[in-house]
Amino acid sequence: MFKEFKTTVGKKLIMALTGHLLIIFVIAHVIGNSTIYFGGLNSYAQHLHDLAPLVWTFRSVMLITLLIHLLLGIQLTLENRASKPDTYAVKKSLRATTASRNMIWTGALTGGFLLYHLLHFTFQVTNPDISARANLDSLGRPDVMVMVVSSFQNIIISLVYIVSMAVVALHLVHGIQSSFQSLGLNNNKTLGIIQKAGLIVSIILFAGYALIPLSILVGMVKG
Amino acid sequence: MNLTLFVWRQKGPEDPGRLKQLEARDISPDMSFLEMLDLVNEDLIKQGRDPIVFDHDCREGICGTCSQVINGVPHGPEERTTVCQLHMRNFKDGDTIYIEPWKAKAFPVIKDLIVDRNAFEHIIQSGGYISAHTGGVPDANAILIAKHDADTAMDAAECIGCGACVAACPNGSAMLFAAAKVTQFAVLPQGAVEAKKRVNSMISSMKKEGFGNCSNHYECQAVCPKGIKVSFIAKLNREFIASLKT
Ligand code: HEM
Ligand code: FES
Repeated sequence: MFKEFKTTVGKKLIMALTGHLLIIFVIAHVIGNSTIYFGGLNSYAQHLHDLAPLVWTFRSVMLITLLIHLLLGIQLTLENRASKPDTYAVKKSLRATTASRNMIWTGALTGGFLLYHLLHFTFQVTNPDISARANLDSLGRPDVMVMVVSSFQNIIISLVYIVSMAVVALHLVHGIQSSFQSLGLNNNKTLGIIQKAGLIVSIILFAGYALIPLSILVGMVKG
Repeated sequence: MNLTLFVWRQKGPEDPGRLKQLEARDISPDMSFLEMLDLVNEDLIKQGRDPIVFDHDCREGICGTCSQVINGVPHGPEERTTVCQLHMRNFKDGDTIYIEPWKAKAFPVIKDLIVDRNAFEHIIQSGGYISAHTGGVPDANAILIAKHDADTAMDAAECIGCGACVAACPNGSAMLFAAAKVTQFAVLPQGAVEAKKRVNSMISSMKKEGFGNCSNHYECQAVCPKGIKVSFIAKLNREFIASLKT
């Protein structure tokens, strides 16, 4: 069984399955974040903390998923480059897109962003003055709301988040449709539909995430 | 019409190769692309120069031997058409045309525009066969096959193994070729005996020959002269998943 997963198709199957787990996480995360509009961010964060053992199990699963996806992605890309050592003097792309040709770069940028995002909001080391650990709200909970709002009032931080979300969306524009093909869940009739659906889901996810720093930046959501 | 050609010239496998400028004079729009090259070669021979070496056989679009990347597209600008069936009316006087060989690690250049496509034969040898009883010839209509399955098998069997899919693929992957071959057997009862082994043998052979992985760019379908669809790749992936269940 393990032997099969080392084959070219087996690796792509794992890419697609880990990709799907990551997408489910990304969808769940944006729903959780939306509590910010109802003033529920602190209680949402507190709930997560009360579920500590579960949260840590979940975090470990996500970390392993991400590592497998990342390492396989690098390996596949290196193998692909080796299989096409010479390029043409003139080459026309008929179907390949900016998204599909730059998966390794949008992926790497996503990885870089993730590292920053964890240091920023989870470990809270990049902006210690506004960290939720340092400021408690009136109910004595870590004030995540203040941390998030103060952060995104900084235009540089907001831009980093918005651009990063665009990069993730670009990864998913190709990733979503590609994963269905890799899993064999495709035929002539579904191909176009899945491609469009992937594009729409990517745009919705981008909008969902980018709206948070944007609404804070323009002052619609205040601390 | 008169054309300026930039043709890939490479003396042998070890030669790095380069594009050389050549002129094609008095070309009729009714000529095929290969007839245009024949004319250029006649000129080169008269001048005592080496003719352009290129692959061709049937010249009617069925053998899959002709193989040239024309202005960045395997088999040139006309959809679902091999180089030999491409006509010069697709070009106009004064055009510049770039002609290059298939480029992929698994297809090393032998000379000029000819590449070694034995790697495809090795993929076929690894699983592109069925087991049949020896002895009396079975009755042609003894095994019933649903119309839908017969159609799918015929669509997949249209692949002429030219290698344009590999040439177009940014990863030099042979997935469309392998997928067509796997599907053609997978949907027929005769292919069932080796089904599990076949898909695994063929994808392993593909890797061993130096072809890349499939990133689902779908460049292959866009250039296939026989219109082989990427839905066959999804079928190969399903065959692979089915082979995991023991
Ligand atoms: C940590 C950084 C990441 C890296 C380095 C990375 C890298 C890659 C690469 C190179 C591919 C293309 C593989 C191929 O050639 O076929 C890919 C595909 C994919 N990625 Fe990522 N990725 C990352 C993060 C993510 C995230 C966060 C998600 C989801 C939210 C995701 C979802 C997908 C999906 C769905 C696919 C398509 C799988 C397929 O082709 O079957 N990736 N990734
Ligand atoms: S020469 Fe036979 S297909 Fe072109």
